[in-house]
Amino acid sequence: MIAGIGAKFLSTCRYFGEIGLLVADVCMSLATTKPRIRLFLNQILEIGARSQLVVIVTGGFTGAVFAAQTFYQFSKLGMESAVGPVVAVSMCRELGPVLAGLMVAGRVGAAMSAELGTMKVSEQIDALRSMGVHPTDYLVVPRFLAMMVSMPLLVAECIGFGIIAGYIVGVMMMGIQEAYYISNTLYFTGIIDLLMGMIKGGVFGAMIVLISCREGLSASNGAVGVGHATTKAVVISSLSLLIANFFLTLFLNAFL
Amino acid sequence: MISVRDLHKSFGSQKILRGVNLDIQDGETLAIIGTSGGGKSVLLRHITGLTRPTSGTVLLDDIDITKLSERKLGPVRKKLGILFQNGALFDSMNVGENVAFPLIESGERDKKLIQQRVEESLEVVGLKGQAEKMPVDLSGGMRKRVALARAIIPHPAYVLYDEPTAGLDPIMADSIDKLIRRMQKQFEVTQIVVTHDMKSVATMADRVAFLLKGKIYFYGTPDELTSSDDKVIQQFVQGVSDDEDVDLEF
Repeated sequence: MIAGIGAKFLSTCRYFGEIGLLVADVCMSLATTKPRIRLFLNQILEIGARSQLVVIVTGGFTGAVFAAQTFYQFSKLGMESAVGPVVAVSMCRELGPVLAGLMVAGRVGAAMSAELGTMKVSEQIDALRSMGVHPTDYLVVPRFLAMMVSMPLLVAECIGFGIIAGYIVGVMMMGIQEAYYISNTLYFTGIIDLLMGMIKGGVFGAMIVLISCREGLSASNGAVGVGHATTKAVVISSLSLLIANFFLTLFLNAFL
Repeated sequence: MISVRDLHKSFGSQKILRGVNLDIQDGETLAIIGTSGGGKSVLLRHITGLTRPTSGTVLLDDIDITKLSERKLGPVRKKLGILFQNGALFDSMNVGENVAFPLIESGERDKKLIQQRVEESLEVVGLKGQAEKMPVDLSGGMRKRVALARAIIPHPAYVLYDEPTAGLDPIMADSIDKLIRRMQKQFEVTQIVVTHDMKSVATMADRVAFLLKGKIYFYGTPDELTSSDDKVIQQFVQGVSDDEDVDLEF
């Protein structure tokens, strides 16, 4: 049993080491090679543009259900006018970044690890290397940059649609007075709240892309291996994101 | 010139290469033959720097590539063109984009020149006018030809082939063999061909290295190989299985 725990600990250390090496490689690539604009734009389209529907639906319905639930509970205390700020602050600080992150991990992280994993097992990555093209430069960096640009914007979009949906439910469906709803929302929600969500989005994006690329690039054993890599990418990204969110909340609240 | 010195490679407890020594002279075509799973492709991957040895050196134009980092290997690898066993074409790109890839990556931006070179390379491999097709729409032989066109387009000094005729019908295999021979004459490249097809060896090789139990068992010309009275070599050349007399198991 102790040997088993030791082996698990070592494999966890190795995993963090590999992610660390990938980060170093990405930094080295950014410092020494020209960014590949065409690949970057393709990834913006794939990660940013094509994730919008998922993020809008997630943000919108989360904001809507959160507003409804908050209204039902707060109305017992006569605090209906607090629904707006509660929804807005929650969407900005927690729900927006976490839910957008989880959806992007599922949609983009899975696609990334599957694509890179397939390239790995079909020797396409070896072909890249054999032509003197570093896989990190060609495959990881454009995805990383595109994610760093797209993710904060996707989070902002998720937050925005959540707040709008909360307004529709709170004001139009539940009958909260519009003036109170808007003024309280604006009074209790600041730029810091939005900034916190977008910073979290950026960190989550970096985690998703690094974990997914690492899993894809280390895939082996044919189609089964690609399947395992894809599953691992989504599971590890999602769990890491939830854990990191807790520490980010503590850290950002202390400094912002 | 490529020199392999005392090359050892183990995967876990399994020893694949056990002290390979090999010289490949400029301008020659060397065939590396041996039993399936005997380490031929592993040896080829060491020559390209795609796999790191347990010990030993691989000198490519007097540079020990086993000591170079992945990033420093990049410029050295531009001297090489490699044909992978299954082609390893980029399935997100069409044939023309696949073939143009090494040129674009080496910094060429003149679209007209790139298109011209792509057409020339596809013509060399007998696939003129196929640039718009996607790899998924090609047969196995055509994929290998496209991969060869991609390998030769930057005019590398060395072209390495991993089982170029594996899985092809005899006519297609013969056309690939002749293509390899023509490559050497037309572009004066140094070539290494990993194969277990003796007919291919006779068609295109200047020299043959027979890899057995992780070491070079025979090195010489195809004629010397076929006329050898060594029992192990004869068994391999004639394709006769007789485990009781000779143990070819790795």
